[in-house]
Amino acid sequence: MSREKILAAVKKNQFTHAPLPDLEILSTLTATGDNLVQQYTSVASAGGSFVYEVKDLEAIKTILHKEFKPGVKIISGIQELGEYTYAGNVLEESSHSFADAELTILQSNLGVAENGALWLTESQMNIRVLPFISQHLAVVISKDALVPTMAQAYAQIGNADYGYGAFISGPSKTADIEQSLVIGAHGPRSLSVFILT
Amino acid sequence: MSNVAAKSHSELAGIFNQDEPRVDWHDETLWWVRQKRDIQAHKLPEWELLRETASQIKNNVLSNLSEYLEQFEANAINNGIIVHWAADAEEHNQIVHRLLQERGINRMVKSKSMLTEECHLNEYLKEQGIDVIDSDLGERIVQLAGEPPSHIVLPCIHKKKEEIGDIFHEHLGSAKGESDPKILTETARQHLREVFLTRRAALTGVNFAIAETGEFVICTNEGNADMGAHLAEIHIASMGIEKIIPERKHLGVFLRLLTRSATGQPITTYSSHFKRPQQGTEIHIVIVDNGRSIQLGREDFRNSLKCIRCGACMNTCPVYRKSGGHSYHTAVAGPIGSILAPNLDMKKYADLPFASTLCGSCSNVCPVKIDIHDQLYKWRQVIVKEGYSPKAKTMAMKAMAFTLSSPALYRSGGKVGRLVFKYAPFAVNNGLNPWYKHREMPKAPEESFGEWYSKRKEGKQ
Repeated sequence: MSREKILAAVKKNQFTHAPLPDLEILSTLTATGDNLVQQYTSVASAGGSFVYEVKDLEAIKTILHKEFKPGVKIISGIQELGEYTYAGNVLEESSHSFADAELTILQSNLGVAENGALWLTESQMNIRVLPFISQHLAVVISKDALVPTMAQAYAQIGNADYGYGAFISGPSKTADIEQSLVIGAHGPRSLSVFILT
Repeated sequence: MSNVAAKSHSELAGIFNQDEPRVDWHDETLWWVRQKRDIQAHKLPEWELLRETASQIKNNVLSNLSEYLEQFEANAINNGIIVHWAADAEEHNQIVHRLLQERGINRMVKSKSMLTEECHLNEYLKEQGIDVIDSDLGERIVQLAGEPPSHIVLPCIHKKKEEIGDIFHEHLGSAKGESDPKILTETARQHLREVFLTRRAALTGVNFAIAETGEFVICTNEGNADMGAHLAEIHIASMGIEKIIPERKHLGVFLRLLTRSATGQPITTYSSHFKRPQQGTEIHIVIVDNGRSIQLGREDFRNSLKCIRCGACMNTCPVYRKSGGHSYHTAVAGPIGSILAPNLDMKKYADLPFASTLCGSCSNVCPVKIDIHDQLYKWRQVIVKEGYSPKAKTMAMKAMAFTLSSPALYRSGGKVGRLVFKYAPFAVNNGLNPWYKHREMPKAPEESFGEWYSKRKEGKQ
């Protein structure tokens, strides 16, 4: 059995025990609560996201009405955004059936100011492929859900159980052709972040 | 590729160097990526502490690897993931083939995995009649061109957009002469979307595997790993044994370092954590050794297993930038590849540790503080001792040792050298002298330092 063979070889060759370092200093060093919305907005915008500070869900709808023509397929993971198809109601449909989704709107409860990343778990995505297959993605997050760095982000995630989770920090992109940045590789062509203030 | 492998790094670099403007462009593009890395690194006052912490975490991993592997396996199984173990490349490829065959699948979509490049999975599956499509844009380009990737993060960094336009025109039907990166990317998007939607199997690499939770993390900018995995019935994830990290919170260190070091972005667009399969689908993990446990036993070289595959050492390397990734004739090119490859085959890769100036820039940018240039130097010693060093180099070194061991020989040798430079420069400035390639020979001084010094002393008296 290769399993036993590999484990035995590793055990034989691994060297004297080295202790794990303390992560506490890194978390305290970076634990600034200043201007997280401003920092998030500047980093996320540089990464190609559109960031809006909004008062309420109505303000989001107003922006979306301007950006998206009526009649396109819009899936929402936020039940309160009544006029769109609620993702919770289409859980039984095959992942492939969302290939024609124009926009997906999801809720995140954790955003990272240092890199613009938004944490979404499977329960917020409803269907794993949704934030990837949709032509555009919008994420709604409260300003209080922003943390300074990944150190605080993982402290907050802790030992939460999820089947799948992802940090998403912008639109899908590539620079594989001569290092020229192109937005819209395989996933969403845009990411709009609505920060509820 | 086999005919390529027979040539040494310097011979292959010589081919790459024939097109000087392309070498300059390659050099400048990669240096620009290196500078973007610097900008990101300098933004974080805690950067050096992050590197040190990451290095120490990896130290801990390597010192407890067997326990962590067992812990990871147990947790992954508990999460409903099926775990396989492969001692070498061949076994890895057979496992992947069997999984596909059992399900009657003959077409698969694959996201970036340097491990599958190392194992030559695509070639193997092709022989078995299985069609594999690489979905990372850069990898798709080199796949269509019939070439291996030349860089682990930027697979087609050696290609100009006009060449890519020609490849897309031939294979994907884009307009002739079209070379706008936006339009070419859109062409690939349409082509690959159809692939994602029709493949029942997806294979991905693994960036980090967490022992504590049994989950694994994949980082991409394009979202291709997710598109493939979430739309497939079976997701196969291939990982080397060294991808383990102890706890989930350690991602908070590595994800801060990885992309800043790689491309100068604060994080990839997607950092996806796979813990359980979605309903009605399967996740399989293939844990691969392929020489890694041997490297773990080499005290001088085990630190190379800390590598998180960011490619920063390539972007900064003056030799890599000017010789191109293909000159390394191995899946992982550049400085890190040159210390990993001799472990797999010391004879075949004997030339690689010599493809360096030992300037140390690689070690300075490495996010997990691997002593890359020290290891390059140590590999040279091992290779010479084991008798694998390149013939011409051995002869030259012997002649030098002989000359330097005798002061009289050294003096007369120097005199002859100066005379040759002065009266017969063509004797050295020719194609037979490899040192002269791409170099101007200096003007020889009239006298040696020794001669000048003794004259000066005489003059003083």
